Amino acid sequence: MSGVLASMIDGLLVGAVYGLAAMGLSLIWGVMDVINLTHGAMIALGMFSMYLLFAATHINAYVLLLPTIGAGLVIGLVVYWMAVHWVVGRSMLMSLLSTFAVNMIVIGIGTAVWSTSPYNVNFVLPGITIGAYTFTGNHMAAAISAVVIALALQFFLYRTRTGKAIRAVADNREAAELMGISSTAVLSIAFAIGIALACTSGALVSTLFPFTILSGGVYQLKSFVVTILAGLGKPFGALVAGVLLGLLEGVVTPFIAVSWIPLIEFGLFVVVLVAFPQGIFGKRASA
Amino acid sequence: MILRRPFFWIILLIAAGFIYLPLHGNNVSLREDLILIAIAIILASNLNLMIGYTGYVNFGHIVFYGLGGYVGLYLTTVRGWNLVLSALVAGLVVSLCAFLFGLAVLRLRGAYFALATIGILEAVQAFVSNFDPWGRSTGMYLSFESYQPLGGAMRALWITYFLIIAVMALSMILSLAIKNSKFGLGLFAIREDEDAAVVLGVNATVYKAIVYSVSAFLPAIAGALMFYKNGMIDPSIAFEYMLSLEGIVMLMLGGQGSVIGAALGATLYEKLRSYLLTSPALSNFHLVISGGLLLLVVLFAPGGLIGWLYRLMPRARKVIE
Repeated sequence: MSGVLASMIDGLLVGAVYGLAAMGLSLIWGVMDVINLTHGAMIALGMFSMYLLFAATHINAYVLLLPTIGAGLVIGLVVYWMAVHWVVGRSMLMSLLSTFAVNMIVIGIGTAVWSTSPYNVNFVLPGITIGAYTFTGNHMAAAISAVVIALALQFFLYRTRTGKAIRAVADNREAAELMGISSTAVLSIAFAIGIALACTSGALVSTLFPFTILSGGVYQLKSFVVTILAGLGKPFGALVAGVLLGLLEGVVTPFIAVSWIPLIEFGLFVVVLVAFPQGIFGKRASA
Repeated sequence: MILRRPFFWIILLIAAGFIYLPLHGNNVSLREDLILIAIAIILASNLNLMIGYTGYVNFGHIVFYGLGGYVGLYLTTVRGWNLVLSALVAGLVVSLCAFLFGLAVLRLRGAYFALATIGILEAVQAFVSNFDPWGRSTGMYLSFESYQPLGGAMRALWITYFLIIAVMALSMILSLAIKNSKFGLGLFAIREDEDAAVVLGVNATVYKAIVYSVSAFLPAIAGALMFYKNGMIDPSIAFEYMLSLEGIVMLMLGGQGSVIGAALGATLYEKLRSYLLTSPALSNFHLVISGGLLLLVVLFAPGGLIGWLYRLMPRARKVIE
């Protein structure tokens, strides 16, 4: 029984990272109605930027999150102007396909550079041992970082002018423009923040598990599940839903093989979509 | 009547060419090239029914091909059925699964459905990799005796090739027939405005589930034939995510919504891909080039090659569909 409890706590900690990844997806989706299929690739880029930064500096990996966030913002702006700006407001098919094309490009370059063999960030924080179980320091540090970043985003969205502008554009782009908000600037900032969140969560994951350039796909699927659970455009709800998903994984992993997990997550995804189309925490109707 | 459409005869001519060219001089290497093109055309044409006709992106179209391969290989190898029967049964089984599944998942609109298809691919792959009768992650092998009823391996390969070409022609004819039917008009209505279509009496959920299951039928048969020809199957080759994605690139390149567009895109892309994969400098970057191509088409020419042709020669619409 205590084994299940330990696995649940582990799940909770990893869940915070899932939540952070999903916040990025949810923010972009909610603000500009674009489903960002570069998400998985950006998570993978975050993993590799952490790997490279750590290999170059060998300082505390969690300090390296700051340059990763910066890199994520820059990459986000580049991707926005390359592929997203031109399809905002066009049919969903076009934005799906254009972000998807960027995904292929990034994964293609990544595969050529790093092949698909596994990498890991060799940084270990001392953990806490309770009885027969050890909770690694990395899990705790990653969860705390995720929650801190999520709170910072929440503060940004609700307490700063730019954050309020982002929410205004998400609510009603035309009305926001009439109030003198430049929606192009807001959209590009929101997109950059979304990508930065994806990169950061990838960087956090890289301190926990080994990864390949294709690992992003797994977390992309989890992000979709979490976003759907939370309801669209609810970044903080995404964090809570992420923790729930982590908890669920923690509960089931002692009993079934890990390779079944995608099946369970997908089942959850469909059930939630069909039963709660607005998300468990959502009330607003969305297309 | 479909027989009166000039394009129907063009399809038959194309298929005849596919059969005549490699047979003339028993050119096996040409046959192997053409078989890849034929598979690409089958996948792209049937994907077109979803993306081009109905406006629903299916990122996991390869699931049908892989599942068809598994069912087909299971029936021919373990059960010892003959090839044509196994392939047909594989097609029917996969279509039925797709229909039942579609009824549940296709209540989702647009983008949500697209996300679900990514999940379907992951979930099916997870299931097959854990499924004992199908050899889990090591897959299944065809016993060599299975080629005997068709008169030995060499003849069996030719017969499989002709069957695949037949499936290719059927895929294009199916696209043409749906395009010119009331059912097709319903799909186009869903693509343009689903709410309006529902108000006008199109039962969108059933229409979408039907087209989803129809788009599964021929790819599943093609999968059964192709994996019979290859003699082995495992989850990573059966559900190759890349092939699923490349299907989308082919379709967008040729022109979504057009029958010949799907075929043209598939042919050109397959040529490009085999060139890239064999060129030492570029082989690592074929994904980058495909992605770049897709991005350019989406941003600058959403109608693809055929859309461009239609703009150049509006009258071409009458013959080239």
